[in-house]
Amino acid sequence: MKRVVITGAGTINALGKNVAETMEAMREGRCGIGPLDIRDIDRLSVQIGGQVRDYDELAWFNRQQVALYDRFTQFTLLAAKEAIAQSGLRFEGELSTRSGVVLGTAGGGVNTWDENYRSVYEEGRNRVHPFVVPKLMNNAAASHVSMEYNLKGPAFTVATACASSNHAMGLAFQMIRSGMCSVILTGGSEAMLCFGGIKAWEGLRVMSRDACRPFSANRNGMVQGEGAATFVFEDYDHARARGAGILAEVTGFAMTSDAADIVMPSAQGAERAITGALADARMNPEDVGYINAHGTGTAANDKTECAAVSKAFGPHADRLMISSTKSMHGHLIGGTGAVELLACIMALRDGVIAPTIGYEEPDPECALDVVPNTAREARVTAVLSNAFAFGGLNAVLALRAI
Amino acid sequence: MNVQDKVIAIIAEQAVLQPSDVKLEHSLDDLGIDSLGLVESIFAIEEAFDVSVPFNANDPTASGFDISSVAAIIAAVEGLVRQKEAVGG
Repeated sequence: MKRVVITGAGTINALGKNVAETMEAMREGRCGIGPLDIRDIDRLSVQIGGQVRDYDELAWFNRQQVALYDRFTQFTLLAAKEAIAQSGLRFEGELSTRSGVVLGTAGGGVNTWDENYRSVYEEGRNRVHPFVVPKLMNNAAASHVSMEYNLKGPAFTVATACASSNHAMGLAFQMIRSGMCSVILTGGSEAMLCFGGIKAWEGLRVMSRDACRPFSANRNGMVQGEGAATFVFEDYDHARARGAGILAEVTGFAMTSDAADIVMPSAQGAERAITGALADARMNPEDVGYINAHGTGTAANDKTECAAVSKAFGPHADRLMISSTKSMHGHLIGGTGAVELLACIMALRDGVIAPTIGYEEPDPECALDVVPNTAREARVTAVLSNAFAFGGLNAVLALRAI
Repeated sequence: MNVQDKVIAIIAEQAVLQPSDVKLEHSLDDLGIDSLGLVESIFAIEEAFDVSVPFNANDPTASGFDISSVAAIIAAVEGLVRQKEAVGG
């Protein structure tokens, strides 16, 4: 089996327009959540989110590209540009055919759906732009990345709600480990902060109207975010042979299904994914110094997740650190695991643990070291990243310092 | 149909019971209504009475909308309807 390493990272999200800005914000415990600037905000009861601000699509893309790229595709392409530039790779000849794209998104081109429904239903128009379908499809971002960088191997998109990115990155890991591919551009993206995208979430009544406070006793729900993060996953031998800089090693992945409830999470399903990822990585529980939590800030997730971690790690659960960076960048739904992997890389490479901000009151049902409010310097050599989706789908990645 | 009958009809439909089988002292748990069923019932109440129910599933007790029993829900809805009429009047 091949070893798999990360040789490039890129992002755009509420905390920053690249990896350096995002990690700086995470180190400083800065909050990217604020009042939303979107159409018809007055008809929404939830009016905050982790929005990418001061974003001018025409600063990055020309008019023809904008006509074809939904916001989620634009975010993906910006993140991919940064990641591939860092990796130093050029995809030609055999490398091109042995390289692919595996991305996660839950909603795909939600803004495109929203704008065009508005046009035909509200404004009564009978004609839509010819590119609506290629713009909104969930695989649009993956396809545009493949075209932009000449990635001719497997390319596809995974949609498993809030676990989409982790499932995507887990598959990318397995595809390199098995020898199927040499390089995969992976991660995920979401751009759901529009009237319809927020209205749908409002209906579930799990949203906070003021802040995302994971693990804090006074938490009152989740806050949506948007953006993308992508990574270059590469065969270790291939990376070594070309002298590439390595950010971290991906060592394990597990996915489980609760097979129980469409929205309520199960501690057993989560625990099986955690122990599965450890086993796949051949890690002992004691090796893990940090977990990037799913940590949505809902009552249902946070209690269940803490119970699952306690069960999976036993006494070591009280010694490891676990934080939810959703408190800063919001919940990017299908893109969330990708942005959160940046916190894992920061922990392994820089020895800085991103905090859970907005933490105000201890909750006895979440009695773990959640790194409240302030980032911490700590040397960790192995980390996990949790994602638990609606539908009872759990996906956990394990990484090591290298 | 008065508020009480309307609320009972909504809860009965959610619980797949006859309205006559829903008693005032029942809790939603007694009736087999889970968290998703509760959110759906609240949506149906909002639509039926044209009110906005202050309910957050993360902390049902914080919202002031008492869901501890059928009687409590009816009283809470009656309160919201009175408020609406006062504002509208």
